[in-house]
Amino acid sequence: MKKRFILEGLGCANCASKMETAINKLNGVKEVSVNFMTQKLTVEADEDRMPSLITEIEKIVKKIEPDTRVVPSK
Amino acid sequence: MNDNMRKDLMRIIAGAILLLAALLIDIDQDWLKLALFLTSYILVGGDIVLKAIRNIIRGKVFDENFLMALATIGAMIISEYPEGIAVMLLYQIGELFQSYAVDKSRKSIADLMDIRPDYANVKKDDGLIRISPEDVKVGDTIVIKPGERVPLDARVIEGVSMLDTSALTGESLPRELEPGDEILSGCINVNGVITAKVTKEYEESTVSKILDLVENASSKKSRSEQFITRFARYYTPVVVMLALLLALLPPLLIKGANFNEWTYRALSFLVVSCPCALVISIPLTFFSGIGGASKKGILVKGSNYFEALANAEIMVFDKTGTLTKGVFEVQEINPKGMMGRIYNEEDKEGPNVERINEISEELLELTAHAESLSTHPISRSILKAYGKDIDQSIVSDTNEIAGHGIEAVVRGKKIIAGNTKLMKLRGIDYTAEELIGTVVHVAIDGQYAGYILIADELKKDAAETIKKLKATSIKQNVMLTGDNQSVGEKIGRTLGLDKVFTELLPADKVDKLEDLLTLTSDKGKLVYVGDGINDAPVLARADVGIAMGGLGSDAAIEAADVVIMTDEPSKIPVAIKIARKIIGIANQNIIFAIGVKIALLILSALGITGLWMAIFGDVGVTIIAVINSFRALKIKD
Repeated sequence: MKKRFILEGLGCANCASKMETAINKLNGVKEVSVNFMTQKLTVEADEDRMPSLITEIEKIVKKIEPDTRVVPSK
Repeated sequence: MNDNMRKDLMRIIAGAILLLAALLIDIDQDWLKLALFLTSYILVGGDIVLKAIRNIIRGKVFDENFLMALATIGAMIISEYPEGIAVMLLYQIGELFQSYAVDKSRKSIADLMDIRPDYANVKKDDGLIRISPEDVKVGDTIVIKPGERVPLDARVIEGVSMLDTSALTGESLPRELEPGDEILSGCINVNGVITAKVTKEYEESTVSKILDLVENASSKKSRSEQFITRFARYYTPVVVMLALLLALLPPLLIKGANFNEWTYRALSFLVVSCPCALVISIPLTFFSGIGGASKKGILVKGSNYFEALANAEIMVFDKTGTLTKGVFEVQEINPKGMMGRIYNEEDKEGPNVERINEISEELLELTAHAESLSTHPISRSILKAYGKDIDQSIVSDTNEIAGHGIEAVVRGKKIIAGNTKLMKLRGIDYTAEELIGTVVHVAIDGQYAGYILIADELKKDAAETIKKLKATSIKQNVMLTGDNQSVGEKIGRTLGLDKVFTELLPADKVDKLEDLLTLTSDKGKLVYVGDGINDAPVLARADVGIAMGGLGSDAAIEAADVVIMTDEPSKIPVAIKIARKIIGIANQNIIFAIGVKIALLILSALGITGLWMAIFGDVGVTIIAVINSFRALKIKD
């Protein structure tokens, strides 16, 4: 399944690419893209792994850029 | 400017006033002066220091905040209060300006892609309800009022209007709409009220597909983007090590070297080192380019394709649907068998144009009536060329012979219209023609009357496209077609193509493409342009696959790397021009940023420039690079 998030306060393009690399390495992630310009995070992963992945993704984002908030996109 | 930025700005201004006060007012007490400096520093750079500490706790040491905190606190420790504060001040102003610039470009890109419909008016038993497009189901009836955006792909069931498709195609001329027409989400209804039946869910609708494509385009990174990611990874640790050595080694090794002096140099060195200018401006350039191109009806699925397009050497075109319209139209009416009549009537003066037109029209009229009941594409094109109403009462005894043609009696005359096989079958003495396209021979009352030529037509801008491509240093323009040799070669000559390969089966096209791929130089790329319908393998095999007329065709959008939303080949030279511009801007930014930084790194290490120039090296360069990348948004025709 695919899920989209908005990264509020994403201010650094280098961080965006670091996030992308780190999330890509998570177990169960099929595809991920972090778009610095649109501040969008799109992740495709196994459905049953998704809930735990979301917490891991939040952790990665917070670690790389502490001021960024992960908000589910409608 | 948002609220956060405004708050930051107020804080910085307050700090700056305190700094000025400390410098200009004659204060005797040292402690008071120190207190003013410190308050000013906390106002200006307190948040940076806090962020730096927080990031260190989180295990992230070498970031900008850390560098700035270290540099300015370092300056304060060696009693350079005004300089420490001023540097922090400049840094903050620069950062503020930078986020303002990024914010602004984000907005302009968002505006460019503002094709997302906000709501749909769904018709229910008790009237219209306004709901989110995501909640509309296939088969629902929606109403689109003038000025509203089409929320989902649908088919018009009622109403006549004009449709503005410019957001999707870049085409400014509105399209006429009537019941039965398909409407695509993202277009704007100009004047009439339209009622339509939804044919696709929101997720599957054109507007979602396009937005998805453009927003995710950045996942396919260009080489320059990959380069800066790699560059930043090694660059920062190396620079920090060098700065450390710069601070420690000279005081230890050189006699009389001042520790403070070398620390100051190391700090300047650190400030220059931030790779932000590249890291922000390069993705910004590509993203703006993708946004700008989509505004022209050109969807580029990844920034790597800009690179490939900019280096295009060989262009390979499919024929039908790409260079030609793919629609069969009457190209010529030749009443050669009826000419005798003219000669007999006007024995001396010879045939005049008016008279020829008259009998041509008569031939077309009789044939159109004979073919009026047939649904064959050829018959349809003849009827379309005739264009007038058919009077069924004058037609009788229609007989369609599959694979041959039609016989009918029209206005009492026996009409036989069909291919050479039919002429032979009926023993008509026809003259064979070496013509490109499908020839319909016509006999009236057993006498050969002439023929009607039906052929696919070249697109209006096809010739101009090839001309422009040649001017943009494309080395070879090649056409691949399944059509026969005479048709292919004539088109090749008309358009000025360098090579034409004819009578190819779909599999042969891949083989031909492989051969052509070997002809490109090391850096040169091969671009294939097709309609995406039956040439997916070829599209995939080329360095860049461009699909034409992508509007509404999912297959084309899936298979290609670049999708031209309209069916105009003239968008291809435009795409190449955009690609070259984008690559140019990206290269300028890379060379400018790295060049200035290296120069300033050397100058700071030698102690020629101080923290002031270092700030320019960091923030100033970033701002200039970001402003340069704005140019990618503005795409001229």
